[in-house]
Amino acid sequence: MSPEAMQRSLERLLLQREIEEFVAMEAELLDERRYNEWIQLMADDIHYYLPIRRNMRFGEQEREQSSADSEISWMDEGKRILVGRVRQIMTGIHWCEEPLSRVRHVISNVQIVAVRGDEVEERDRFIVYRNRLQDEWDLFAGKREQVLRRDSETGWKVAKRTVILDQNVLLAKNITFFF
Amino acid sequence: MVQILRSLGDRSLRQLVDLERGLVNREVYVNPDIYHQELEQVFTRAWLFVGHESLVPNPGDFFQSRMGEEAVILVRDHKSKLHVFLNTCRHRGMKVCRYDEGNARLFTCPFHGWSYDTDGRLVGVPHFKAAYREELDKSAFGLHEVAQLCNYYGSIWATWDPKAPSFPEYLGPYAEGVRWCFESLDGEDAGVELFRPVMRWRLPCNWKFPAFSFDGDTLHGVTTHRSINVAAIGPQGERKDGDRHPMRAAFPETRYEMSSRELGHGGHNSIYELPGVAEYVDTWQTEPPEVDEYYRKAREKKAKKYASRYLHGGGALVFPNVNIQEQRILQWHPHRVGITESWRLFQVDKSAPKVVKDAQRRYMMRYAGPAGLTESDDMENWNYAHAASSGTIAARIPYNFQCGLGHEFTDERVPGMTLNFGIAEENQRSRLRRWLAFMEAGSWNDLYPVKKD
Repeated sequence: MSPEAMQRSLERLLLQREIEEFVAMEAELLDERRYNEWIQLMADDIHYYLPIRRNMRFGEQEREQSSADSEISWMDEGKRILVGRVRQIMTGIHWCEEPLSRVRHVISNVQIVAVRGDEVEERDRFIVYRNRLQDEWDLFAGKREQVLRRDSETGWKVAKRTVILDQNVLLAKNITFFF
Repeated sequence: MVQILRSLGDRSLRQLVDLERGLVNREVYVNPDIYHQELEQVFTRAWLFVGHESLVPNPGDFFQSRMGEEAVILVRDHKSKLHVFLNTCRHRGMKVCRYDEGNARLFTCPFHGWSYDTDGRLVGVPHFKAAYREELDKSAFGLHEVAQLCNYYGSIWATWDPKAPSFPEYLGPYAEGVRWCFESLDGEDAGVELFRPVMRWRLPCNWKFPAFSFDGDTLHGVTTHRSINVAAIGPQGERKDGDRHPMRAAFPETRYEMSSRELGHGGHNSIYELPGVAEYVDTWQTEPPEVDEYYRKAREKKAKKYASRYLHGGGALVFPNVNIQEQRILQWHPHRVGITESWRLFQVDKSAPKVVKDAQRRYMMRYAGPAGLTESDDMENWNYAHAASSGTIAARIPYNFQCGLGHEFTDERVPGMTLNFGIAEENQRSRLRRWLAFMEAGSWNDLYPVKKD
């Protein structure tokens, strides 16, 4: 391998580790219910989008995900509403999160798709397990497609998060946490 | 006619639902035999909401829907006529359509290849000559179709019972209120379309918990939804203390609980002191100004249309399990004992510009559904109210449905309605009253015309 190629490989490896550490740190904040710190990691222009998935005929898969442009999704919002959600949880009287759920994010298969200036396009896969009260539990699996942007204060911020959940009918009574 | 439930000894349903004293036995909500009896007595007879013509605009378009526990297909046939079919092959029952939506010339069963035209006729049977020797009477084995279908100003309703009254008769005094919910903002009939897709999710409680309390339970708003104002999800943002509902201009009206005691339908509706509609107040501060402009112009046009009409009433829960509002349709399907499948569909003006449709859509997504900041708290209540009512001792203690009991009244301005103060449980009592009638009925002869007790 030429020295230039080695240099590029090392940079790539370091970036991969940096992204993985960020993703793990963000999951830690969520699981530890440190929502006020977590919301600081969401860029002011974030688009947080959780489409509904349809059962479509072979060949019509481009319509499988509900469109952010014109259709209904589970969530399709920006920073203002995400801040609202955090405020709602932190009142302590948001009954579906009171007492707080036990949530565990397992993030894996982190891939860097592209690097554009100070933004990184990333994909990862998740298992999110939620357990509540005595014996209520939900298991979610899916993929996140993200744009992460370098930030002088927090290292990285999330500028775009699309959550592809592997469900059609939602098999949970609500979504009161963040993927 | 009184039903005897074997699982409860010799107690009758009438003893479980005591509306004179406002006490309802919990078995009504948690008993498995009662649940199965509901499927038979209520869901095979009532008019049920299936969808909207905008979900199947072109010939061959289909949309998966549901009636009670069962999967149905809403289809527009090649001649543009609408049908609702049970989604089951007439041969061995396999689902003939497993896609949520799409367009088809035929529904071909993947099991043995039986093919149905979009009008339900069985048109293709493989090995028809060699194996069936042409002895199969195809005309007798088309897709099973509902007994009656009604396109009510764009909304599609169906019933399995040929003896059910017409849908407008079924609605009774709510015929106009429901009609208005499918108008565009400027008052044009059938002026809306529905967004896609439908929100669908599962909820661990009996369907009646949400269906019978929604739009009849103002009591819960202040406590259940107390946490929401800090989120300021209304279109006006932080104004009006972050209220989740849009701004409304003052208009001389009084809001009541209103229901048809005889038919079960009911909601929170107003009696107006003046004809016409309220002036528009700028509401969409969190969206571009074109949105308020559109609403304002629509309101001006609607004001002209209804200038001399008193618009008493409005949308409501249409018995048994669908709540029709101006921008939201809420449906609670019985899924299994103790499990409900909840659906949300959202109306929007067909001819609204994109900026308005987007504003509407975004508001509904953050308000409604399982990830909606409002509805999420309701799920917790219904989940654990059901769970805590299921025990042997718990099931012996009646629920209290006494709020406003004995204070109901009528008003000649809204004939056919029973009214109570805006915070009451009158609507819930009306629904249970009608539920009891359905559960005891031998047929529609016992249900309509309504016999006074």
